[in-house]
Amino acid sequence: MRVEREKLVLIGNGMAGVGTIEQILKLGGAYDITIFGSEPHPNYNRIMLSYVLEGSKSIEDIILNDRQWYADNNITLHTGTTVVKIDEEARQVIAENGLAVPYDKVIIATGSNSFILPVPGSTKEGVVGFRDIADCDAMLAAAKQYRTAAVIGGGLLGLEAAKGLVNLGMDVTVVHLLEDLMERQLDHTASSMLQAELKRQGVKFAMGKQTAELTGDERVNGLRFSDGSELQADFVVMAVGIKPNTQLAKDSGITVNRGIVVNDYLQTSMENVYSVGECTEHRGTCYGLVAPLFEQGMVLAKHLCGAATQPYEGSVVSTKLKISGVDVFSAGEFTDTPEHTVISAKDEWKRTYKKILLKDNVIVGAVLFGDVTESANLQKLVKQGTEMTDEIYSEVMGTGCCGGGGNAKKGMSVEAMADEEIVCGCNGVTKKTIVDAVTENGFTTVDEIKACTGATRSCGGCKPVVEQILQFVLGDSFKESAKAGICGCTPLSRDEIVAEITAKGLKTTKEVMNVLEWKQPEGCSKCRPAVNYYLGMIYPDTHEDEKESRFVNERMSANIQKDGTFTVVPRMYGGVTTPEDLKRIADVSLKYDVKVVKVTGGQRLDLIGVKKEDVPKVWEELDMPSGYAYAKSLRTVKTCVGNQFCRFGTQDSMGVGAMLERKYERLDFPAKFKMAVNGCPRNCAESCTKDIGIVGNDGGWEVFIGGNGGIKPRIADAFCKVKTDEELVEVCSAVMQFYRETGNYLERTSEWVERMGLEKIQSVILNNDENRRELAARIDFALAQVSDPWKKMLKEEDTRSALFEKVQH
Amino acid sequence: MENTNHEYTIGTAQHFLPQIGRVIGCGPVELAVFKTSDGQIFAVENKNPHPKGGPLAEGIVSGHYLYDPLYDWKIDLRSGEVQAPDNGKVATFPVTVDGDTVKVTLQGALIQSQI
Repeated sequence: MRVEREKLVLIGNGMAGVGTIEQILKLGGAYDITIFGSEPHPNYNRIMLSYVLEGSKSIEDIILNDRQWYADNNITLHTGTTVVKIDEEARQVIAENGLAVPYDKVIIATGSNSFILPVPGSTKEGVVGFRDIADCDAMLAAAKQYRTAAVIGGGLLGLEAAKGLVNLGMDVTVVHLLEDLMERQLDHTASSMLQAELKRQGVKFAMGKQTAELTGDERVNGLRFSDGSELQADFVVMAVGIKPNTQLAKDSGITVNRGIVVNDYLQTSMENVYSVGECTEHRGTCYGLVAPLFEQGMVLAKHLCGAATQPYEGSVVSTKLKISGVDVFSAGEFTDTPEHTVISAKDEWKRTYKKILLKDNVIVGAVLFGDVTESANLQKLVKQGTEMTDEIYSEVMGTGCCGGGGNAKKGMSVEAMADEEIVCGCNGVTKKTIVDAVTENGFTTVDEIKACTGATRSCGGCKPVVEQILQFVLGDSFKESAKAGICGCTPLSRDEIVAEITAKGLKTTKEVMNVLEWKQPEGCSKCRPAVNYYLGMIYPDTHEDEKESRFVNERMSANIQKDGTFTVVPRMYGGVTTPEDLKRIADVSLKYDVKVVKVTGGQRLDLIGVKKEDVPKVWEELDMPSGYAYAKSLRTVKTCVGNQFCRFGTQDSMGVGAMLERKYERLDFPAKFKMAVNGCPRNCAESCTKDIGIVGNDGGWEVFIGGNGGIKPRIADAFCKVKTDEELVEVCSAVMQFYRETGNYLERTSEWVERMGLEKIQSVILNNDENRRELAARIDFALAQVSDPWKKMLKEEDTRSALFEKVQH
Repeated sequence: MENTNHEYTIGTAQHFLPQIGRVIGCGPVELAVFKTSDGQIFAVENKNPHPKGGPLAEGIVSGHYLYDPLYDWKIDLRSGEVQAPDNGKVATFPVTVDGDTVKVTLQGALIQSQI
């Protein structure tokens, strides 16, 4: 039986409105939902626009709900459609294009517009607000074309806009009417520290200036102030405030002061019509920050779903500036009056400032500059109207007793937090949602909570509170997980695991996980391969490699592709092959219908698209050594032509490259390993991006380590110079073995060199001959144990068929 | 026809290596069959629930969970449910071990709806 659902229409596709709808969906509200948005985009996170301007995020990154989300939730979405009237009598919402949608309930969440100063010239070309994606695009475009910009307004938004434009290479002056920046959030001291810091970052200021006129013809070219002085500017951003967007409400006959007037259940003067967000005026206040919007949305959602809810009684607002390297925070009351007790600490050398205001010993406000680690805590204390005690004092002021008790107290403030209180303002995630995620799913890290609930997904400002909640829920076990083990299965680090394996003589991954009390008895796809590697590194002669703990590529000795076919790469030492081998590769490729034959970045041939069941036959017929393109092992030694043929070559790079590749092939490393050998400093084989790069000169070799051309490119560091090939081999052996013994699983040498420090590696290997020889001897011992996997696989019929054959019934 | 069950004998218990998947074709359906460390055998459709698809048989098995080989999604072999933060479901098929013989039952209707 189909139940007739009530029709809910949301006007405004922004954060406040859609946030409310999300809550309604979570509460299981039985509505047919229609949403109107004036902008052409789906719902995005407006408070992240600063990051888009700064270039650290793209528009796509800040989309909160894509069109699929609306479809998945059966929501009818009209973007680019402005609603012009709510017809109470006909119970219809009417859009500009004539569309009329019937309703039972309406939510107005039309937000606000930039307030544009009504001065002459404010309509000229090159004058924008900073509110939406279009403004953001205009600013990005202006920065490409023009050099000087003025930002009118030294508040939160103005400063973020100014810093963004400075980052885009513009010469930016912030024009502010008053002498203090962010005067609605900061006291004089914090404000002047902020101004000094921003000056250091390249922002200019014109303080105490009232803009009288914007000059220029069609396009703006400057500002004239009331004192007669002028400022040149090719581009002007107005960030003097916002104006609640109330036109629709007015036209529909709803009571409007500065914003749309609502009661404590967000009801407007019109029956069945509600309002949330920046367009709303509650108890005389219009909010322009994100947290209150979600608090309003939560109350409204519950009200609309018939769930019990406390009335909305207003929000304590707190501020955080989204400019990298400038940490500012304020909450509650921030300007001291005689009735306040003021606790403050200013450190001019560290450039930090902390102020807490008390009224009758109750914490009513706080300002932080430079160090905002206590911001989450202080926000809670202000919100809850906590009384100041010796414990809280030492905790937030960081003085007095040692750190021991601090954690417990932080837990307590989270404990006192109401279940429904919003922790993540960007995504409207409550404390209860996070607690449930931890207790029901067994999450122990912020990342897991982020993936499940969306908390910390956007600006990250709530991360400290999420951490505190984790700590509160998990109690002692949090400390372990906070230590960040190698994966979610264990709190132990790589070094601790390796030490335990050696000390306790553990021999298999199962034993390691059992004895060291893994949370999942058989580990996961992250720790199993890692532990298998550590065991093989520690016991090169006795460890029996565990195929079931290997990633598919290594288990099958071939690279899996996304369609389930495999890539086969024969070894070609030093990148050199023969016509006979090439012919065989071609014949086999034809016979087994290889999709693509590709030359790899490391000078080898990829035979891409071999069917799984054909892989053993391909290897059998190739009859060549395995190229290990799938392994965390020596992949290739890239070479140039060298002195055999090149007129510049001083050394035999092909010969030495092939020799090194033969010597070190097949041995497991923490991650893939690449080398290059060059015959002269022209470096045609690109030693600078290899784990070990070798460059020949007239008198010998130069060795470079830690290069990487991958996700995080890194130029190799000059490690040492050697005269003979024997010395070269010994140094390479020592570096590789030291990396094998100390590298974290999956850690490339680029990261390893940075973690260990180049000097440390040099002192271990170059300043101590005995050490170097021992390392080289250990790698030789390990190398003596390896064999070609395909020779082995072809002999072991059962393994081969279990791994590769498909049985059809 | 819809509710006909098809029973396939897919091998003996020794035919499957512990914790290493094997691809078995059963009529129209391709299965990924796993023997977990406790000796139980599970059969799921060899089709990755990730939108980009791909096989499952080559994943890493831990307890009764499978980590898929291409995208590292964690999948419960018993229910086929993908674990949070990802979501999705793989078709699972009942396995019976009769003495040494391993059999899988494919339900007609299930085959229709899953393919």
